[in-house]
Amino acid sequence: MKNRISEKTAQIRPSGIRKFFDIVAEMDDVVSLGVGEPDFDTPWAIRDEGIYTLERGKTFYTSNSGLKELREEICRYINRRLGLRYDPAGEVLVTVGGSEAIDLAFRAMVDPGDEILIPEPCYVSYYPCAILADAVPVTIALKAENEFRLTAEELREAVTEKSKILVLPFPNNPTGAVMRREDLEAIAEICIENDLIVVSDEIYSELTYTGEDHVSIAQIPGMQERTVLINGFSKAFAMTGWRLGYCCGPREIIRQMTKIHQFAIMCAPTNSQYAAVVALRDCFEEVEKMRESYNQRRRYLLHAFHEMGLPCFEPFGAFYVFPCIREFGMTSEEFATQLLQEERVAVVPGDAFGESGEGFVRISYAYSLDALKLAVGRLERFISHLRERRNSR
Amino acid sequence: MMMREQILALLERNSKLQPEEIAVLLGSGADLIRDEIRKMEEERIICGYNTLINWDQAGADKVTALIEVRVTPQRGQGFDNIAERIYNYPEVQSVYLISGAYDLLVILEGKTLQEVASFVSSKLSTLDTVISTATHFILKKYKDDGIIFEQKKKDERMKVTP
Repeated sequence: MKNRISEKTAQIRPSGIRKFFDIVAEMDDVVSLGVGEPDFDTPWAIRDEGIYTLERGKTFYTSNSGLKELREEICRYINRRLGLRYDPAGEVLVTVGGSEAIDLAFRAMVDPGDEILIPEPCYVSYYPCAILADAVPVTIALKAENEFRLTAEELREAVTEKSKILVLPFPNNPTGAVMRREDLEAIAEICIENDLIVVSDEIYSELTYTGEDHVSIAQIPGMQERTVLINGFSKAFAMTGWRLGYCCGPREIIRQMTKIHQFAIMCAPTNSQYAAVVALRDCFEEVEKMRESYNQRRRYLLHAFHEMGLPCFEPFGAFYVFPCIREFGMTSEEFATQLLQEERVAVVPGDAFGESGEGFVRISYAYSLDALKLAVGRLERFISHLRERRNSR
Repeated sequence: MMMREQILALLERNSKLQPEEIAVLLGSGADLIRDEIRKMEEERIICGYNTLINWDQAGADKVTALIEVRVTPQRGQGFDNIAERIYNYPEVQSVYLISGAYDLLVILEGKTLQEVASFVSSKLSTLDTVISTATHFILKKYKDDGIIFEQKKKDERMKVTP
């Protein structure tokens, strides 16, 4: 019999999160801190628009690149936030979530053997998407002592003649790290020197807590022309299930991405696109309220970790904290599994996001304060048991 | 947002929050928060710490009525005097001065329809300056003070996602 499965696909390891999810799904009364999506409902104005357009029967395909109205709103939004100009006709593509844009960007740009530089820990899909695009994924291990920022030295060390794309996943899932303007300037210099294209995944750009605006590498002089900026509606507007993202970039790249999108997807969900127009037009007050809420929970968790003596750098983005659990002499997976079994609290082992996440766990604060308090109480008990056991040995 | 507004926004949603907790949430010091709250109490910015109750759910006998009241304003006093004569009744929950077709909106709580009706006919309508009243009984409260009364939703998200 012929081999039914592609070797390329078969070699991809299933997501480490998946394995953990299966264990958790079997258990009752779990307090989860393991989700990567907002706890808020999508703001009502957006849902209402979704309902309204369904009622009006606006249920046909849109153009491949997305509703014109939506592309225009996206360009206005990016101009407002970042001061960058993109042409709604040709430099923007509306996708099925930010993740589709990642896949398209790789496939549109690389040839077999080209290297894609991926700083880790990071979101789980860059590595497999690189393999599916016949690229060679080259990971860069980010360090806790740099607060999980990508440094110029780390990038310089990883660059080779074959390097083509640098993935820049900030604000970062799972660490919550953000890049400052000066960090990006140093990275930009190396990108220009080595003719790298940056795929900048800025899906968490609305969720930063530095008090300053989010900075995109596309804003650094000379970078807009070599950056594919990816963003979407899932995190900022609590719209994960609507599956809507977008990317902006140089016309020739967006054209090729649109071609793949056209044949694989046709167009992003029409209903979601209409709703997203309202999101960008009317809903930033709601975004601000959600951000404030996340920020309060973030402070609460950091304070709680500090009280427990659990080392954790202060993350200024997304809705994750990434505390270090090395003192317990266990792997991240052992820690997470034991925490789940003993205290029914689910966190995600850091190594699910790359080897350099080993020794850490991802804790999400996309939960109500009451839920966080309950979980923190259990975590505290777990940790003090671990310490007692260690000391009595 | 200013510190005071942030404190108020938190207390408005949950008056049980302690100054120490508020300090953590806002990244500030507990003493400072305690002090600010005390000052706002003194300045009557914070006027009380009530509990929002869905009395229907509690099964209590309670009738709430909104009463539109048209009055003749008095020279030199405007509406304040008449408002005071109304709001001093303990069964009166709220009194608002309103623009438009009538002057005062009075929210009244009683045990029965009869009790409310009798208050309106014997106490409210008989005040000198009251020209007319129109009473509306509340049949069901869906949302009060920004809180939707129906049961809390379950967290329907998958427990672990990337």
